[in-house]
Amino acid sequence: MNQNVQQTETSRDDTARLTPLLEVRGLGKAFGGVHAVDDLSFRILPGEVYAVIGPNGAGKTTLFNLITGLYQPDQGEISLKGEAVQGLPPERLARLGMSRTFQNLQICMNMTALENVMLGRHLHLKRNFLAALLRWPSLRASERTCRAQAEELIRFVGCGDYVDADAAAMPYGALKRLEIARALATQPSILLLDEPAAGLNSTETAALEQLIRKVAAGGITVVLVEHDMKLVMSISDRVLVLDYGRKLAEGTPREIRDNPDVIAAYLGG
Amino acid sequence: MALRLPERVPGLPVLALVLLLLPLFLGNEFHLDIATQIALIAATVVGLNLLVGYGGQVSLGHAAFFGMGAYASAILTGTYGWTSIPALLCGALLVAVLAWTLGRPILRLKGHYLSMATLGMGIIIAIVINNEGWLTGGPDGLAVEPLTVLGAELSIFDHYSLLGLEVSGAMLWYGLAALLLLLAVWIAQNLVDSPIGRALRAVHGSEVAARVVGVDTSHYKLLIFVISAVYASVMGSFYAHYTGFITPQVASFEHSIELITMVVLGGMASTYGVILGAVLLMLLPQLLTDFQDYEMMMFGLILMLTMIFMPKGLLPTLSEAVRRLRPRPATTPASGQE
Ligand SMILES: Nc1ncnc2c1ncn2[C@@H]1O[C@H](COP(=O)(O)OP(=O)(O)O)[C@@H](O)[C@H]1O
Ligand SMILES: [Mg+2]
Repeated sequence: MNQNVQQTETSRDDTARLTPLLEVRGLGKAFGGVHAVDDLSFRILPGEVYAVIGPNGAGKTTLFNLITGLYQPDQGEISLKGEAVQGLPPERLARLGMSRTFQNLQICMNMTALENVMLGRHLHLKRNFLAALLRWPSLRASERTCRAQAEELIRFVGCGDYVDADAAAMPYGALKRLEIARALATQPSILLLDEPAAGLNSTETAALEQLIRKVAAGGITVVLVEHDMKLVMSISDRVLVLDYGRKLAEGTPREIRDNPDVIAAYLGG
Repeated sequence: MALRLPERVPGLPVLALVLLLLPLFLGNEFHLDIATQIALIAATVVGLNLLVGYGGQVSLGHAAFFGMGAYASAILTGTYGWTSIPALLCGALLVAVLAWTLGRPILRLKGHYLSMATLGMGIIIAIVINNEGWLTGGPDGLAVEPLTVLGAELSIFDHYSLLGLEVSGAMLWYGLAALLLLLAVWIAQNLVDSPIGRALRAVHGSEVAARVVGVDTSHYKLLIFVISAVYASVMGSFYAHYTGFITPQVASFEHSIELITMVVLGGMASTYGVILGAVLLMLLPQLLTDFQDYEMMMFGLILMLTMIFMPKGLLPTLSEAVRRLRPRPATTPASGQE
């Protein structure tokens, strides 16, 4: 009996650990006749590095846009930490711990690097209107703290040289990392990176890999869309392969590498 | 960006100094009068720049809010015998409520639609002011009581003794307008440098980026629309008391175009730039008195030429040029492609 109790507890522990952070069920989105995402289901566990791969036009970015609330799904459900979130706008999802970067950079070019990252602290700052209007000491103090935190994040992603640079004057590789810093500034529980290595040289890609490892080690769940297979295979816990908006395969990097469907799709395509 | 140079100079003290010394160079009461009007309009434009320059939302109907403030003050003090400040506040509240109500549906629109909607709003308000003659005096205009502050009347025709000095009412009015401009700049810069201002500039920079970090962009657009409308209303109230007589022209489409041209010419998202824009465009009619009939055409032309040849506006373009003349520290070599 004693043994029985212990067993129940163990299995309960297991389910708790296995409760997905993000769950997608039967998700669908079509543009005209194109099914960009088609009846897609998967679960992402807390702390995982989960990669989504597939040829161009497979629906990876559309999937990210659905998850982060930029697009409304036609069908299906999305739940974050057990809460149904499909259809919520991005600004609501940000409050629930969702953060992301973009394949085509979304940097505020009218601001400095520092200000872009400080923007990421938005939800954590006092935003009292009168205090802002009259520059109260409490606001100045909170701005100072925010500035310090943003600077630290910029150094964390390796853009320390650009703290006060205008975003418009920064090179592409630095902007890619700056976007990650801004996403991290929101203190997300889940971070979606859409092709973070695109356009980077091999040194920069290696630095990016270290950065993603550090982020994951900090307890943030990372979802990664990426074409660089070396990066994907070395960094991911599990990989989802999309083809025409559908799930072609899912598994560990080793399973994916050996999967005949994947091999056929990639060599065939 | 180019906008950072003038902001790094301690702008507010410099502006205060300029405003303080300016009367020494103004030859006569006529010049002082122009300077006072410029300061009041510049303060209005500083508020409009928050919406257009920083927030990236175009309003082609802002004179309507200016006119509403002016008429609220004129009517409440004249017809109903209120004192100036409660009348001004009541006008500002009215404008805030109206801007909030109209702004909610309007600000969902983007680009040209937003311009069209604010244009339509401005024209409707101007028509109401024109047609409701029983209240507003109609096209003939309306005389406005002098400003009263703490029971004392401030009239440009009187003389006052201030700290033992004899000062003309016109000079006191200039001082008041200068203070209002400084206050307008101070508040605008506080706002721009706050989390609210950052959220607002992000709406302009990348609305998508702003939303995914949690910025409720429609909230901030509405907020800044209301703030810039209140700026216009308050300055309209002072303007009405100062000039002592207002016509529907203050709320007209032409006046809206003047205001937006000041922002575009001076430099969007540059507080001192738009003040420069106000100075230049207010002086222009004085210099070209023979061309009065072509004033609208001139404004249209300036707007067009600025947008084509100097899209950042005068001050940002100038400060960028100055920066380019200076030796630069070696920049880090660019990495990556694209
Ligand atoms: N906003 C949109 N409007 C119309 N079609 C779209 C839109 N976004 C994506 N698509 C289409 O959906 C498909 C998937 O695109 P996308 O998600 O960008 O693929 P991936 O990121 O995997 O390259 C493509 O056929 C693309 O043309
Ligand atoms: Mg994509």
